[in-house]
Formats: sequence, structure tokens, C-alpha cells
Amino acid sequence: MSKVKVAILGSGNIGTDLMMKLQRSEVLELAMLVGIDEASEGLKRARALGVATTHRGIEGLMEDACFSDVQLVFDATSAYAHAKHAELLQGAGKRVVDMTPAALGPYVVPVCNLQEHREAPNVNMVTCGGQATIPVVWAVSQVAKVAYAEIVAAIASRSAGPGTRANIDEFTVTTSRAIEEVGGAARGKAIIILNPAEPPLIMRDTVHVFSELADTEAIRSSVEKVVERVAEYVPGYRLVRAPIFELFDEVNPLRVPGEAPKTGVRTTVLLEVEGAGDFLPAYAGNLDIMTAAALKMGELLVS
Amino acid sequence: MTTSTSSKKILVNDCTLRDGMHALGHQYSVAQMVAIARKLDEAKVDIVEVSHGDGLQGNSFNYGFSAHTERAYIEAVRAELKHAKLAALLLPGIGTRADIDEAKAMGVDTIRVATHCTEADVARQHIEHGRKLGLDTVGFLMMAHMTPTAELVRQAKQMESYGAHCVYVTDSAGALLMDETREKVGALREALDCQVGFHNHNNLGLGVANTIVAIEAGADRVDGSVAGMGAGAGNCPLEVLIAVCERMGIETGLELYPLIDCADKIVRPLQRRPVQTDGNALMLGYAGVYSSFLLHTERAAERFGVDPRDILVELGRRGMVGGQEDMILDVALQLKSRSSE
Repeated sequence: MSKVKVAILGSGNIGTDLMMKLQRSEVLELAMLVGIDEASEGLKRARALGVATTHRGIEGLMEDACFSDVQLVFDATSAYAHAKHAELLQGAGKRVVDMTPAALGPYVVPVCNLQEHREAPNVNMVTCGGQATIPVVWAVSQVAKVAYAEIVAAIASRSAGPGTRANIDEFTVTTSRAIEEVGGAARGKAIIILNPAEPPLIMRDTVHVFSELADTEAIRSSVEKVVERVAEYVPGYRLVRAPIFELFDEVNPLRVPGEAPKTGVRTTVLLEVEGAGDFLPAYAGNLDIMTAAALKMGELLVS
Repeated sequence: MTTSTSSKKILVNDCTLRDGMHALGHQYSVAQMVAIARKLDEAKVDIVEVSHGDGLQGNSFNYGFSAHTERAYIEAVRAELKHAKLAALLLPGIGTRADIDEAKAMGVDTIRVATHCTEADVARQHIEHGRKLGLDTVGFLMMAHMTPTAELVRQAKQMESYGAHCVYVTDSAGALLMDETREKVGALREALDCQVGFHNHNNLGLGVANTIVAIEAGADRVDGSVAGMGAGAGNCPLEVLIAVCERMGIETGLELYPLIDCADKIVRPLQRRPVQTDGNALMLGYAGVYSSFLLHTERAAERFGVDPRDILVELGRRGMVGGQEDMILDVALQLKSRSSE
């Protein structure tokens, strides 16, 4: 069976990491890596691997002979650029996996809702922080009603390219919304931290899920199962230690300003995401979890 | 000495109602804020900052939930200020431009956009937005002790290029020594056309001294809090700073007595845990750790039965930056599991 042809828009950290992973795909074949800077590290890497490239952006791709064979395009540019790309690609009848926080199409997190949107022309991969943390929120919401979920994603400064940096609000907003829409929390909040330490720190994520009272053993088991399933496509994804529970009862309820006091249980989950080291070194688990999830989605869309 | 420092008026930005939130676990009542704001205004403070300790949208498990909404605090203080401008703090990654819009609608005049000292480019959206809204817009380079001066200057120039009216050397860990303060503030003053500011913590007991050094090195704006009310060992205590400035002939335009009254009669009685350079607060400055980690660390130490000093030293060793309060729990659990092995 011949592989399905795909293209990647964006030759930055994410696009290049995805290119490396596509080399191993049994379903998809990369027809072109699309950049806007001929001297970019990603395009150099592509040429060395014998992958066709253009540095003329989406126009360069659409004018190339390979474009008619391309069925699926991964967009790893920026939220701002994606708006234009989405319109052109939809006009040309191409499926799109959007890896920017533009979020024009439905949010997808593989272990939670991969099957739901397999017919959508444009799916959005949320953010790296969302891919790492939403499975945990979802796991708790399978057991108990979740009133509020909050995530803190800390990534190494070196793994945050100019696109991420210029669009940090989009990261915060998109992740918060997806915690609600995919994770099942009534209210979601996302915090992102860039840490410049040298040597760079491995991606860390902390998830606080406040739910109605439930059997904590059931919550623990649901979280552990989901973490295992994420680790199937991101081998470096793991719990740093067992989930921690804190009870909020009538004597000591959760007090959030502007809201009535609430009883329930807080589940705190500490995660670490070590990358496969395809493009950036292993500290950049944030790249890995995003590109691995996008690849999984792409393979499903064409199957 | 009355050299160049005596010729210009220094702008004073009070942090009692923002950084002071850390010292109270974000639990000021609205009435307490109003009483303090009234005294600050009477003392002719130039700018009064009100926000969650971790900036707009800081309400969270990670940083703690405040007693009241940001809107309740900001609007109450706004109504009290006749002389002073009103400021709010925002950390990109926690708050967004939408929060700046709301702050502006609530009557905020100054937006202070804070990033770690090497990450100025994440503030571009917010500084540009502040300018577009016509706000006095400030860039705040936190944990300034963690990067060499040349890099700090490069980061400050980026903030200036986005449109900041003022860029701060922010000693979030209270770790800067006096020569380092002079070098960093002086280098920014030399390199920038916009104003230069200085914010610090009293963890090494250098709150007032370093602020005076910053003024001598050319700072245009300085921060302080009444009775030091701020994270860690507190900020530069404002009433002490103003007394020293008066003695030195440094023009601030502030009145001393209302500040002293505010410190003695309102703020100090509120401090459940004294804001002072005690052992744990000292360790912040010594280990170079973000000052607002203090109460979170003391709570985690008690909950898991480990030494708070060990937590702080490990956080410093790991190079944790502002906002990584979640790693306090991580370190406490790690220390606990090690001690039980």
C-alpha cells in the first residue's frame, strides 16, 4: 500500500520535529517542508534528508507539482498565519491538522476525543501544554464532575520558538478553553512558564483538578490508565509521583473570590514529559507531545 | 552627596496592595485596602499598584485565591485616589491582553508587564497593547540577579523597543548586592532612552540601601511598600526610604508622617506573620529564590515535615523562576521521600 502524501507548513521547532517523526510513519509520507527562510535550520535538515522544500511559504507549496498529490497539511506556523493558510487549503480541498493555537477547527487530544472529529476538514491540536495536561483532566472527569481544572506548564526557554513567544496569549486562552471543551471541566485555567535554566529543564506540568467528592482510588486508577495511554505515543510522558488528594469539606471549603464556597476534592498530578530527541534534545518534551499527537491524528484522518 | 540625584524628582510606585498580598496569602479585606490607599494618597505617592500578588488573573491553586475579586479591590482603591495614579501588574503566561482591557476599563492608569529577566519577548503583545490603550506602560524584568548585565540590557532594550515608558531592574529574590545593583541600574540608564526603575526585596537587609544605590545610578522610578509589606522579607520599606531620601536631599515629593502612620497603625497590625528578614526570608536572598515562594514553602514544609530551608536551597539549585510555585510541592515531596528511605 502506498503512503499518503502530506506537507508541513513551518520549518521551526515543531515543523522540523514532525518531519523527523514522519520519516518513521508507515502511513504518511512527507512531500514537502515549507518555510519562509531559506537558511533556516529546519529547511537545511530537510534538504539533508532528501525532503523537498520551499522557502516561499504556502504559495511555494501550492505552485509546486507535488501539491495535487498532497492530501493532508500540517500547519506548524503561527495562529496569525494559520487563518490565511486554512482558507487557501480548504479551497484546495486539503485536510488540515492545525498545530498553532488559532483553533479554527475543533480541539483534538488523542486519548480523549480522537474519533469524534475524524471527518472534520480542519482539526486543532490545542497546545503542547494542553496535550500534556488535558488527558489528566479528562481522566478525572470520567469518574467525577469537574468544576475547575488548572494547569501549570513549564517549558525550557530554548524549546519556545519565536512563534510561541509572540503568541503567548493565544497559548493561554486556547489551553484554557480546551481544558473545558475536551477535558470536561466547567472552568479551565492555564498558566505557562518559560524557564531559561542551563542545562535546559525537562518539560514539567502540574494539573489541579477540583471535582465533586468521589472515590479517590477510582480517580487515581483513571489517571494512571490515561497516563499509560499517552505514554504509548509519547514514551517520555510519566507521572513524577502518585496523584495527591486534598479534601475540601464544609468546615474548610474551597473559597474562590466571587463564588460560593464549594466542597469537593482536589487531585494534584505532577507530570514530566521527556522528548524523544528527534529535533531538539530530550528536554523539549513539549515539542514531542505536540508532534506525536498531530502525527497520530494525521494517520487517523487518512485511514 | 547631592549630585545629579537632587535635580530630578523620583517617581515612587507603592506595592503595599500588590506585593503585600503575598504577605497576607492574598487575604486583604476591601476595607483594609481602602484605608491603606487613603494614607498613600495623602502621602502623595505617585503610583499605587493593586492586583493579585502574581498579577491580574493570579487567582489559582498555584498562587492562592484572594479574599475578593480583583474588580472589587481595584474599583474600591480607584475611588479613593485623588492624587496617585493606579497601576496593575500582569505576567504574560498568567494574564492576557483581555485583562489589560478590563483593568483600563476599571480606571487603571499604569500597566506593569513582568517577565523573567531573559524572556522579554513574551511581553511584546502586552506592552504594545498597553501603549495602544494609552496606558503608562512599564516593563518589569524579574529575578534580575540571574542574568549578566549585558544580557539584562539586551532584554531591556527589547522592552523599550515594544514601547515601554520605563523598564525595571526587578530584584525578585532580594539577592542583588549593592555593587550589582549599581552596575545593572547604571547600565540600563546608560543604554535606554526611556525611564529606568528599580524594585527589590529586603531578604539580605539591603532594601533601602539598594534603592538608594539605584537612585544614585540614575533610576527614575523606585518601588517600596509601607512597613515593607511584600513577599519574603518584604519590599524596600517605603517610610524608611522616604526618610533617608529627605536626609540625603533626594526629591520625592512624598510626605513622611502619613506613611509612618500607615505603617504603624494600619499595616503592621495586619501582619499575621511578621514581614522581616528572619531565617527563611534570609534564605531567599541567600539562595536567590523568588520571594513569593516563602509562605508556600513554609506551608509545604509543615504539611510534609521537611525543613523549609532545604526546600528553598533546592529550588535555588534547580534554577526555578517566578511563577513555579508548583515545584515547591515537588521538592517537598522529593525531600520527604528521600528522608524516609
